[in-house]
Amino acid sequence: MIPLSYYLALSAVLFSMGALGVLIKRNALIIFMSIELMLNAANLAFVALSRHFNILDGQIFVFFVIAVAAAEVAVGLALIVAIFRSKQTIDVDQLNSLKG
Amino acid sequence: MDLSLILFMILAAVAVLTAVGLLSSRNAIYAALFLVLNFATVAVFYLLLGAPFIAMVQVTVYAGAIMVLFLFVIMLLGAEKLPKGKVLPWQRPLAITLAAILVVEGGILLFQRLSLAATIPNPGAEVNSVKALQDLGNQLFSQYLLPFEVTSIVLLVAMIGVILLTKLEKGETQG
Repeated sequence: MIPLSYYLALSAVLFSMGALGVLIKRNALIIFMSIELMLNAANLAFVALSRHFNILDGQIFVFFVIAVAAAEVAVGLALIVAIFRSKQTIDVDQLNSLKG
Repeated sequence: MDLSLILFMILAAVAVLTAVGLLSSRNAIYAALFLVLNFATVAVFYLLLGAPFIAMVQVTVYAGAIMVLFLFVIMLLGAEKLPKGKVLPWQRPLAITLAAILVVEGGILLFQRLSLAATIPNPGAEVNSVKALQDLGNQLFSQYLLPFEVTSIVLLVAMIGVILLTKLEKGETQG
């Protein structure tokens, strides 16, 4: 018997750590991994609430989120490879071509 | 304190520590391996929540396919470590403050709307039955049929996009 609030608290902590990673990291790949961490935290809350309310919709949403995350990772990594080809770096601080 | 609560505490500690490891590692490969461990612990949470199908999808798709893709790209680019550059001195404390505010905010919002006493029962044998999987499949292919089909288009578009993005233009040389 685990309280539902524990799962939600863990999910909130993991989500915030993902957001923190996006804010403080310079490596585009690690920023991307932090985004995955956030998606995962949201999935955990989905499944916990799905169990709490005893309906399956939450699990099906998680299934869709995972499918979309897979597509997102493929496109995102292709973008990072393309950026690396033209800039020779994936440091997001170096991508300042639009700076006046 | 029963066994599942102890298991939860240990796994939660592992999940949070691997997330800290992800944030504190300078090498992208270590970060990716920490993330694999984090996904594995979340998969065990799904099992504790009585969702074995989602747990298996998590292991195969997330910890398997997606992270292998990550490791591939990290090693392909050889960009696992960034050279030390100058960073804004106020950025890190500000980011940590904002993340702390986000935790507090999220916590308050969640706890205001939920009865704290609600507990999740341990999954019994019924979640491992074919019946449970059948229910999930039935709902997925009836009520959620349209989103399911749209997902296939999303995956197709992503595949075409990736091929287009990584294809070298005519006359362009491999940089």
